[in-house]
Amino acid sequence: MIDIELVVNGRSQRVHAHPLARLLDVLREQLGLCGTKEGCGEGECGACSVLIDDVLVNACLVPVGQCEGSRVDTIEGIGADPRVAALQRAFVDVGGAQCGICTPGMIVAASALVRTRPRATPAEIRTALAGNLCRCTGYVRIVDAVAQACGAGESEGGA
Amino acid sequence: MQDGFVGRSVPRREGHDKVTGATAYVDDLSLPGMWHGVTVRSPVARARLLGVELGEGVPWHEFAIVGPDDLPGPNVVKLIDTDQPLLAADEIRHCDEPVLLLAHPDRAMAERGRAAVRLRLEPLPAVTSLDDALRGDVVVWGRDNVFREYRTAKGDVDAALADPDVVVVEGVYETGAQEQMYIEPQGMIAQFDAERGVTVRGSLQCPYYVHAALVALFQLPPQQVRVIQTATGGGFGGKEEYPSVIAAHAAVLARKAGHPVKLIYDRVEDVRATTKRHPSRTHHRTAVRRDGTLVAMDIDFIIDGGAYLTLSPVVLSRGAIHSAGPYRCEHVRIRARAIATSHPPHGAFRGFGAPQSVFALERHLDVIAARLGLDPAALRRKNLLQPGEQTAVGQVVREPIALDRVLDRALALSHWHERRAAHEAFNRSTDGPLRRGIGVATFMHGAGFTGAGEVHLASVAQVQAERDGTLTVLAASTEIGQGTNTVFAQIVADAAGLPLSRVRVGQPDTAVVPDSGPTVASRTTMVVGTLLRRATASLRQTLRDAGLLPAGTGPVDPEVFTQAVARYLADHEQLRGEARYEPPPGIAWDEKAFRGDAYASYAWAAYVADVTVDLRTAEVRVDDFVAVQEVGRVVNPVLAAGQIEGGVAQAIGWALFEQVVYRDGRVANPQMTNYIIPTAVDTPPIRVEFMPPFLGDDAPSKGIGELPMDGPAPAILAAVQHATGAVPTAIPMLPEQLAQVLQEAQS
Amino acid sequence: MRADLSRFEVVRPRALDEVLVRLGEGGWSVLAGGTDLMVTLGALALPPGRYVDVWRVDALRGITVTDDAITMGALTTYADVQRHPLLQVEFPMLVEAARRSGAAAIQNRGTLGGNIANASPAADSPPALLAYGAVLELHSRAGTRRLAYADFHTGYKQTLRRGDELIARVILPRRAAAAAPVAGGVRDGVVDAYRKIGTRKAQAIAKVGLAVRLELQGGVVADAAIGAASVAPVPLFARTTAAALRGRPLADAIEAAVAAFGDEVTPIDDVRSSARYRRQVAVNVLRDVLAAVSAGRTPVDSL
Repeated sequence: MIDIELVVNGRSQRVHAHPLARLLDVLREQLGLCGTKEGCGEGECGACSVLIDDVLVNACLVPVGQCEGSRVDTIEGIGADPRVAALQRAFVDVGGAQCGICTPGMIVAASALVRTRPRATPAEIRTALAGNLCRCTGYVRIVDAVAQACGAGESEGGA
Repeated sequence: MQDGFVGRSVPRREGHDKVTGATAYVDDLSLPGMWHGVTVRSPVARARLLGVELGEGVPWHEFAIVGPDDLPGPNVVKLIDTDQPLLAADEIRHCDEPVLLLAHPDRAMAERGRAAVRLRLEPLPAVTSLDDALRGDVVVWGRDNVFREYRTAKGDVDAALADPDVVVVEGVYETGAQEQMYIEPQGMIAQFDAERGVTVRGSLQCPYYVHAALVALFQLPPQQVRVIQTATGGGFGGKEEYPSVIAAHAAVLARKAGHPVKLIYDRVEDVRATTKRHPSRTHHRTAVRRDGTLVAMDIDFIIDGGAYLTLSPVVLSRGAIHSAGPYRCEHVRIRARAIATSHPPHGAFRGFGAPQSVFALERHLDVIAARLGLDPAALRRKNLLQPGEQTAVGQVVREPIALDRVLDRALALSHWHERRAAHEAFNRSTDGPLRRGIGVATFMHGAGFTGAGEVHLASVAQVQAERDGTLTVLAASTEIGQGTNTVFAQIVADAAGLPLSRVRVGQPDTAVVPDSGPTVASRTTMVVGTLLRRATASLRQTLRDAGLLPAGTGPVDPEVFTQAVARYLADHEQLRGEARYEPPPGIAWDEKAFRGDAYASYAWAAYVADVTVDLRTAEVRVDDFVAVQEVGRVVNPVLAAGQIEGGVAQAIGWALFEQVVYRDGRVANPQMTNYIIPTAVDTPPIRVEFMPPFLGDDAPSKGIGELPMDGPAPAILAAVQHATGAVPTAIPMLPEQLAQVLQEAQS
Repeated sequence: MRADLSRFEVVRPRALDEVLVRLGEGGWSVLAGGTDLMVTLGALALPPGRYVDVWRVDALRGITVTDDAITMGALTTYADVQRHPLLQVEFPMLVEAARRSGAAAIQNRGTLGGNIANASPAADSPPALLAYGAVLELHSRAGTRRLAYADFHTGYKQTLRRGDELIARVILPRRAAAAAPVAGGVRDGVVDAYRKIGTRKAQAIAKVGLAVRLELQGGVVADAAIGAASVAPVPLFARTTAAALRGRPLADAIEAAVAAFGDEVTPIDDVRSSARYRRQVAVNVLRDVLAAVSAGRTPVDSL
């Protein structure tokens, strides 16, 4: 067991954990951030998507020992970015969330896209979200929501 | 009700919590002193259980351990029959059957304990295929491995088949098991208290199913068993009957441990142990005139129920009723059987038997069309059920159905005729590896419980007025992603004449809500929504009768309503409206003859799939998908379209990607990396359209949840047939299977 | 499932030397980006023991370019590969393999070194590395050695890496960049074609993977190199198939090469596909690629 310092959603945190503990479990069980979900535990479903130093990862595959000194952003924190808030609104308006279990991961993954490619095409959106499985929506409204937010983010960014 | 909320796409009520990660699912909850449960399971399909040994190196004294002898009541999963034990006692009847339960304060230690348990087993012969079960060399259930058989007939099928003026077309069609693969695995948290009884929270569709199972197991008065649904990350039928098992396991562990116990399945365990869609085989023999008129259908429908009876008879019944489709046919004979094997029990999954039998029939119609040289759409149109005509089980549909209009709309939206011609021209001229095709399916789906099911359920729903003038919906129907919360709020707000913000829909809790039946069978909006409308009207009536509200059914000033409620509650303890299910007049179903009014209403649909096939790899890509349906009045167009789109995607998965590989009765691909569901890149744009209701703008709403599961698979395979000329007859049709079909078609 | 972590010892050095000291002691395994190892851990299938986490060893990162070679540190991720402008131009099959590995989150974390060391026959980057003649640089306390990657995989999950060695770098010898196909057929120049037939369009494991590099002079195959995934116990360097092409006019050599490939692959049945399908598709796809190059068509990518 080791002490690990990391910055989670903008706040410095020190956790005491085994270096192979999954970042997912540390977030959920030590930091109480349960918005990050476990769907498969093997990096297939993307329900545990978080950002480490702005890079999209599956928190179920990241040993927390590799997060020392890193910034970790989860669904609980990313909405502070107005582009991400717009994305979240679009998910509600367009119908991108149904049962909601994939939604936090989907939004984290989409946020990585919205920040880097504000004018993403539907095909780019689909590729960017290919690591996030949804069993409810058929993805139609998820793609619509991200496309809408891409537009919204652009105009907000330009204003 | 032009200004009402019904018919408008108001945003999902719990949407904000879901997109911000605030929604708490069962694994997000923790109770003080909570332990973690695990289930020890059988590694083999069938065996005599000689003993259970706790291995070395594990501090067993720290564990709560529950075997069959530690149960507080009968060792039975209470469903239709009582054949399934909660824990296998002497005979193992399927792989991954629960044998022993463990709980420990530490999740990893619980896991270590599970790995250290050894089962002493004496292998018994298992039945791992339908053919083996039907041959009956090894009998695993009853005398002949048949759980249930239904037969129904009208007209004279044998005479019609022998008519020299008809063409007789025969075919066998198969569908595989399908995993629901909700993204949230199953799980429960249980508490036990000798005085207060049992409380279980978890991921589930049907609170009162779990309640009944716990009452039977703990032999407690109903009020000492409390079941609370937590936010549920998808169900699709998979959380209909199985949660009773997990709830019971968690509860007996909690009783033994003296601590709350959380029992969460990991993905592999969930896929291996919980229910899947029934595999099926359908044999069709059809007499048809050369102009395409259907004369006689002889249908033999078989499903693999797995090792215990569970819900198989009901799945069988729905499959059988849908097996002759929305077509006019004078002579029909249906034989349907649910068969026992040594597979883990198959169970509820969106569509509940209908997708299987609809697949077979629609595929068969394409085979017939090809045999007769007819356009598949024209063949269907010729035989579509018209108002006043009888279904296969003798039901005369009472609404002015116009399925031909639904079909026309789907053909127009998909540019059927143009694309059909264009694809044929492309396929004739290309020397490249790609082929294109387009296919259609027309179908109906009965909503609500079959036959007298709704009468037996006798569902109740209530609406309660609070002192602040808001209304609380009291129903056991669960929000599992399909939009229950939002749709109920819309219906109640309109019936009350109040703004949406004045209606609350809480999480179902059996201590609070009445039994409004299970959240299954596309019944929530149609059946329970109607009850809520009546309950709300009754509440309004109470206020009117008390002279507190003016007459009328239109909008009410919320302040006036609040004052009316406050005045009423000054003299009364509470204000509730209640409604109980009443069957529509004149509905009759004869279960013995398997004839009559099978469902109170049907949704009608025509789906078109446009595909490309790669001859080098036998891969199929769905390029475009059109889904047109008549579902009565649509309460919330965005949510409704979301249901259709999601169902279509799930059905695309069933058709092209999702294969449950059973090896010696065990699921060999229980992970998301080897049980393949479609990603965003594998699904096409899905174009959904709802037809104006046949009964006009004020028509009642019909169920829609299961409908979209029925049509896509046959439409896609029809398109592949159009593209390649090969005739695939089984799903899942992965490239490996299609490659073989293409090869056989060549030689 | 929750693994019992008390049975795992982990060190997280920053210096390469320290990694090599541990490996030299024996009994230590390497953890890189975690995309394979953490899956195994979660399945309770990772052997308990001692692990060196190399994620923070900067000496294993970075892509450097010289006149002769592009050298990638073992911790180069699939995302790094995709972003690199020169790799995009000169080694497009590797870039495509990286783009087709898992999905974005995996590409951000999975490493080339890990992919190679894990030695899965289904891995996406090895066919491209084989076709490009990659060289591995292995470090140990005993010194540094270079190995042709084509010799590295010796059997199912067996490699030439000794327990005390670390894959430190992957070196791609620079050659002429691939030409765009030209009408009438490519007669001179280099052609690359990468194909992945997966269980689905994205986030998929290969049922068949293929990387083909052809060097043509006057319509004759001056050189050929073919790597393949999921058709043998190892990432397959299809020497016999390449030999059937080398020195012959491409148009005349296609059927012989395809036949040789059919013999050279030794696929198996598993839960993802069948031996029969894999063999048939491998052969179909190779034939299609060769015929397209010969005819000057851009090979139509599979669906």
